Amino acid sequence: MRPDFGFKMWCRTALALVVMAGTAVADTVSTFKLDNGMDVVVIEDHRAPVVVHMVWYKIGAADESPGHSGIAHFLEHLMFQGTKEVAPGDLSKIVAAQGGSDNAFTTQDYTAYFQRVAADRLDLVMKLESDRMHNLNLTEKDVDTERQVILDERNERTDSDPGALLTEQMSAAQYLNHPYGIPVIGWRHEMEKLSRQDALDFYQANYAPNNAILIVAGDVKPDDVLALAKKYYGPIPPSDKIHPRVRPTEPPQLAERRLVLSDPRVPQPYVVRSYLAPERNPGDQKEAAALTMLAQLLGGSRATSVLARALEFDQKLATYTSVSYDGVSMDPTTFALVAVPADGVSLGDLETAMDAVVAKFLKDGVDADEFARIKAQVRADQVYGRDNTQGLAHRYGMALASGLTVQDVQDWPDALQAVTPDEVMAEAKKVLDRHHAVTGWLTAEEAAQ
Amino acid sequence: MMMFVKTKVLAVLAFMLLAMPAVAEIKIQEVTSPGGIKAWLVENHDIPFAALSIRFTGGTSLDAPGKRGAVNLMTALIEEGAGDLDSQGFAAARDALAAEFNFDSDEDGVGVSAKFLTENRDKAMDLLHQALVKPRFDAAAVERVRGQVLQNIVSNAKDPAAIGGDILRKAAFGDHPYGTVGDGTEVSVKALTRADILDAYHGALARDRIYVAAAGDISATDLGVLLDKLLGDLPAKGAAQPADVALTVKGGVIQQDFPGPQTAISFYQAGIKFADKDYFAATILNEILGGNGFSSRLMDQVREQRGLTYGIDTGLAAYDHAEILQGSLDTANEKAGEAIKVIKDVWADVAKNGVTQKELDDTKTYLTGAYPLRFDGNGRIASILVGMQTLGLPSDYPAVRNAKVEAVTLEDVNRVAKSLLTPDKLTFIVVGDAVGVKSE
Repeated sequence: MRPDFGFKMWCRTALALVVMAGTAVADTVSTFKLDNGMDVVVIEDHRAPVVVHMVWYKIGAADESPGHSGIAHFLEHLMFQGTKEVAPGDLSKIVAAQGGSDNAFTTQDYTAYFQRVAADRLDLVMKLESDRMHNLNLTEKDVDTERQVILDERNERTDSDPGALLTEQMSAAQYLNHPYGIPVIGWRHEMEKLSRQDALDFYQANYAPNNAILIVAGDVKPDDVLALAKKYYGPIPPSDKIHPRVRPTEPPQLAERRLVLSDPRVPQPYVVRSYLAPERNPGDQKEAAALTMLAQLLGGSRATSVLARALEFDQKLATYTSVSYDGVSMDPTTFALVAVPADGVSLGDLETAMDAVVAKFLKDGVDADEFARIKAQVRADQVYGRDNTQGLAHRYGMALASGLTVQDVQDWPDALQAVTPDEVMAEAKKVLDRHHAVTGWLTAEEAAQ
Repeated sequence: MMMFVKTKVLAVLAFMLLAMPAVAEIKIQEVTSPGGIKAWLVENHDIPFAALSIRFTGGTSLDAPGKRGAVNLMTALIEEGAGDLDSQGFAAARDALAAEFNFDSDEDGVGVSAKFLTENRDKAMDLLHQALVKPRFDAAAVERVRGQVLQNIVSNAKDPAAIGGDILRKAAFGDHPYGTVGDGTEVSVKALTRADILDAYHGALARDRIYVAAAGDISATDLGVLLDKLLGDLPAKGAAQPADVALTVKGGVIQQDFPGPQTAISFYQAGIKFADKDYFAATILNEILGGNGFSSRLMDQVREQRGLTYGIDTGLAAYDHAEILQGSLDTANEKAGEAIKVIKDVWADVAKNGVTQKELDDTKTYLTGAYPLRFDGNGRIASILVGMQTLGLPSDYPAVRNAKVEAVTLEDVNRVAKSLLTPDKLTFIVVGDAVGVKSE
């Protein structure tokens, strides 16, 4: 995705009120830009006296320097270690004391912090979040303790889970040159060496208003949010060390890669096929929209999708199939198929059958009834989605932090509705190409292949 | 930098305008359909859809002897074909309406939830009605779903947390249905026949055990009509409910080897009934011990001070027929022994010395502040309303609940800490190659 392309379009004026098109959808979104470069998005929902406050930094694991894998996520943990004003761990305690909840997350493309509180406590959480944007206080002892916590997190979430290990190995194989091949949590040997200074360097360069997006959603008025944002975030100076997010790009991928991960702890074998695929780009979401519909056609419904129908119902070779694709990404992402074999079916036979189903789909084309059902569900998602303010805020945050614009977010439902069967098939033929695919087998058996 | 004076004024104004008694917002109507079915409703017409939540009490604990897993399998099959539609026909009809149905079972109930657009309400409810009263349990569907359930069972046999759950259930509840997992075993699920599934269906889904709630774009009158059509022709009576069970608590450690770098630890002791006058004091005590994540004593001692885990929590579970206080964490194998010792120490310290006034005040602020945040969206509201009814709460409970929390004193909490917490009886289930930890 071309970085920093979009923000200029919607931030030129101080106040741009955008109401989403369509009869069913009426969430009101306002956008602002502070003088120090910080973007502000306000989503109004006055049904309950609740507010979600989020700060999204446009910095993720894929922006780490070589040898420092895991530093973006490590810093996310360290952001809870306090400031001159707030003692270590106290931010969460203060929010919890108000009945609220808070958390943070790191991905390849962004790092985000959020709190959910009663709407009359917005002032408080904004004060806390803006404080740690520029006043983080780190002691060597706190860094040492927290390093052990992230190593435990890696133990618990990755090293104890053969499926997670396969995913990690497959990503490493999928990307020949791009840093998406390095896990967000980090490689253990590099995590062990991450220092206080590494964290501070990363923090000082990247945590600044001109690299952040503020999203406030809930029972608030845009003018009130802007006033609070000016008060708390306004005085923070911008950083001059922010690099454009230009990452190493992929060379042509010429050969399929195949991996087998054997581990006696594997409870359930499965086969995954992951293809390199284009992502949503600002002002250009057509391909990603077609791929999103393709994923739904192939694996969306547990009963009537192409894979479920053929492998689970007709041939009875699989007990579970699914397809995953998420177009929100800075750089090329993946389109993945997974199938879990029925009792007594080998991974080899299942993979062969899965490829035959895909080949047949490429020949037969789109089932018109299934396509219509998916479009009905996409339309309904716009109604159901409005019921979840935090989800809505999340949708905007992910997109904006990945280089998309408010306009792109609001155009997305229409982009999905506009997809034609021909566009789906063109995209399928382009993306479902094994030259740029990784095939992974997860198995409990030794020497399975 | 910019307009500080004005900003302050605005901030104050914002506070005054927005500060309102949040819980008063939840207006629950008690609805009785023309046919006599009772339901609770929170009406809101902002978004053109509604959520419906239904619970049949009993759940997997209704499994007949030797038929473990029947209710679970039956529940998973309800939407796998109904009336004239087979599995795929039913799914296609539901998806064409963009309706969402969910069926789940636990030890105390079978839950049905639905979301549907207002424009498709009648058709969506006709379809759900078919599933509830005319499920087909076709042989092909039974075998396919049985295969999925069996794979779950096999997977869980390799999941240290699930293995620990099995050991805990057996130790705590013995031969009561709570003593085994509702999914059943490989042997019991393989042996289930279509007749067993039909028996489970007739026993579990009946009008004598039903709680219903709706939230969103529907009026009380329309809801009444809907309920009669949806539920009116279910059988009047179902299977007998299980008996209450006394918890077995012996203390000590039950350890089982499991390969890998991490050890899964769970621990339990006696709990407290929801109807107990000290329930709110116990809730506050649990929050301070390990309920509220980052602020709890256990989180502070086990994670923040020593880095022994990524997370630890405790919870008071009040089932329909038993009560338990339990907790869990994952830790590196070589740190399991230290983690257990720290947990025991925290338990003994709180039992002996109680909690502080500040901890009590903070927890009250948390619990009273968090309560209104729960009522988050139509689906959540409908589900909470059903939960309140199963606990026998009045429909004005949201308006008085925070006052009940506020009424708890430090003496109450510390008295409950002394009587409820039993450090000697705290029983640990340890699954993993924990260094230096063995069954005792």
